[in-house]
Amino acid sequence: MRELTYAEAVREALRLEMRRDPSVFILGEDVGKFGGCFGVTGDLWQEFGEDRVRDTPISETAIIGAAVGAAATGMRPVPEIMFCDFLTVCMDQLVNQAAKMRYMFGGKAKIPMVVRAPVGGGISAAAQHSQSLEAWFTHVPGLKVVMPSTPADAKGLLIASIRDDNPVMFFEHKLLYPVKGEVPEGEYVVPLGKADVKREGSDVTVVATSLMVMKALEAAEKLAAEGVSVEVVDPRTLVPLDEETILASVKKTGRVVIAHEAVTRSGFGAEIAAIIAEKALDYLDAPIKRVGAKPAPVPFAGVLEKYVLPGTDDIVAAVKEII
Amino acid sequence: MEFSQEQLEAFYRTMYTIRSFEEKINDLFLAGEIPGFVHLYIGEEAVATGVMANLRKTDYITSTHRGHGHTIAKGADLKRMMAEIFGKRTGYCRGKGGSMHIADFSIGMLGANGVVGGGFNLAVGAALAAKLMGTDQVAVCFFGDGASNRGTFHEGLNMAAVWKLPVVFVCENNQYASTTPYRTTTSVENIADRAIGYGIPGVVVDGNDVFAVYEAAQAAVERARSGGGPTLLEAKTYRIKGHFVGDPELYRTRQEVEEHLENDDPLKNFRRQVLAASRLSERELAEIEAQVREEIEEAVDFARKSPFPAPEELFEDLYVESGEAACGK
Ligand SMILES: Cc1ncc(C[n+]2csc(CCOP(=O)(O)OP(=O)(O)O)c2C)c(N)n1
Ligand SMILES: [Mg+2]
Repeated sequence: MRELTYAEAVREALRLEMRRDPSVFILGEDVGKFGGCFGVTGDLWQEFGEDRVRDTPISETAIIGAAVGAAATGMRPVPEIMFCDFLTVCMDQLVNQAAKMRYMFGGKAKIPMVVRAPVGGGISAAAQHSQSLEAWFTHVPGLKVVMPSTPADAKGLLIASIRDDNPVMFFEHKLLYPVKGEVPEGEYVVPLGKADVKREGSDVTVVATSLMVMKALEAAEKLAAEGVSVEVVDPRTLVPLDEETILASVKKTGRVVIAHEAVTRSGFGAEIAAIIAEKALDYLDAPIKRVGAKPAPVPFAGVLEKYVLPGTDDIVAAVKEII
Repeated sequence: MEFSQEQLEAFYRTMYTIRSFEEKINDLFLAGEIPGFVHLYIGEEAVATGVMANLRKTDYITSTHRGHGHTIAKGADLKRMMAEIFGKRTGYCRGKGGSMHIADFSIGMLGANGVVGGGFNLAVGAALAAKLMGTDQVAVCFFGDGASNRGTFHEGLNMAAVWKLPVVFVCENNQYASTTPYRTTTSVENIADRAIGYGIPGVVVDGNDVFAVYEAAQAAVERARSGGGPTLLEAKTYRIKGHFVGDPELYRTRQEVEEHLENDDPLKNFRRQVLAASRLSERELAEIEAQVREEIEEAVDFARKSPFPAPEELFEDLYVESGEAACGK
């Protein structure tokens, strides 16, 4: 199969959906002629023109608010926020408006919108450009939250998200953009709410999201050399969450490590841990382990950034603690 | 207006320091000595220099992602700035902030900002504190043309106006917000025109002329200090370098930049004016330049020799320990 980078896979999904459905349009800062801060929208402006690939002022509240309004009235906007850190300035539009309009109005509105935003550290971008804030949105009923870890998933999940009639938060990891992988051609759809077992194993389950899936696979490789068989489960979507696949894996292995790049404290791993404790406690042979960022902002200096963010070795260490 | 010899020398020293500091950062970044990304202030030196010459050490400023120039003009230590940009422990933020987050509260520099438009209301708050505490301090908020489209701009200007706070909003209109020419995202010709909506003075000034900036800022600062309320001051200037070092600059022609460099570079403008009026000589200017270059070399040397922070320092400064002075560092 042909290979695409993660960024190209996202772009392919956007292109196909824009060709298929004239109500799909993109808006965001520098997404047009320039092709996006991380180059994701690329040449879409050339193909679809400035009406459907709209450069905006630096007005995040208006970008999201306008997307919500346009979605409620028949369009399918796919706004891009340059860094997920800046979602913090449009929280009302997301949390109080997008997430609640339908419910609050007794089912009157549909908000088919996908907010794309890059997450993650690792590029010395310091405290205001390096966060992973997905858990904030999982706490808000009415929003769906998607976090692909591979190019194929990025494409398939984005197509599914654009076709979904609900507001979807779609988080892409900056360090994954250049990563290559096989991507099916055409209208490849990965349904929301279906986890993927990225590697089968029998001794320990590692539930990992986004960039940490890659790190979990590296950890699994290292541990395999030491005779430990690791199963890596990627939920792919946090809301809706495929509890069944996670629980089945945990019941099989009896041990689980949960890994994400976001701060461990109150991260989405806490939710997964709680679900496992509630529904599969009897199957556990060891305490549930979580791997995530230490509870500090992401600092600038490389030494400190490396220390605060979780890595492959942290997953290996966590696995070793429970086997 | 008459400027003393001392003032003229100070203007040039500050502008030349910013220019050389930024050129050095450019080279160090390209050589791989500086991590992350850096936004240079080259071409906009007259704005920070002309505004800051009206401020006291106790006055406040809030800055942007393009903050080195403001920080230097407010009187910061070049060694600690350089060390911070290298991510060293001896830097202003102990290696935690980097280029985009330098602050020095001891000179009223309340921080650069990674979030565009994040500083408006911090300046409003500093001005409010000054008013509540009965001091005559002034707060100056620097921001870009792009930032003026954030909601925070509009909320901040209205609040400052209605409370008559001692704040000056200085828009550095350098024609671009990253790749976007401001005219394509802004509904008015001048950002200063928006002052009408808040009932405050809106002033447009040539941001490449340090004398013009000085005079316009003087009026705005005096107005703020004497209880007259805020001013929106727009300095028309130009970003000579890319949005960040490494920017391919596909959104403008090389010719546009060259023409600007030739005809409206604030340092060249200054030299032309003082030389024509025989106020400073080539020799005097060269002397300042030599001193500045030496200082910058010392700063680089200091940064290079300084240690990186240790991992254990991660949690330091996250919360105030009881008994610690508020702005101790
Ligand atoms: C809220 C927010 N949105 C977007 C960005 C990304 N960004 C950083 S600088 C910049 C352009 C800023 O333009 P302007 O305010 O004119 O300042 P300049 O860079 O020209 O000095 C953008 C869009 C950001 N840092 N914060
Ligand atoms: Mg600008």
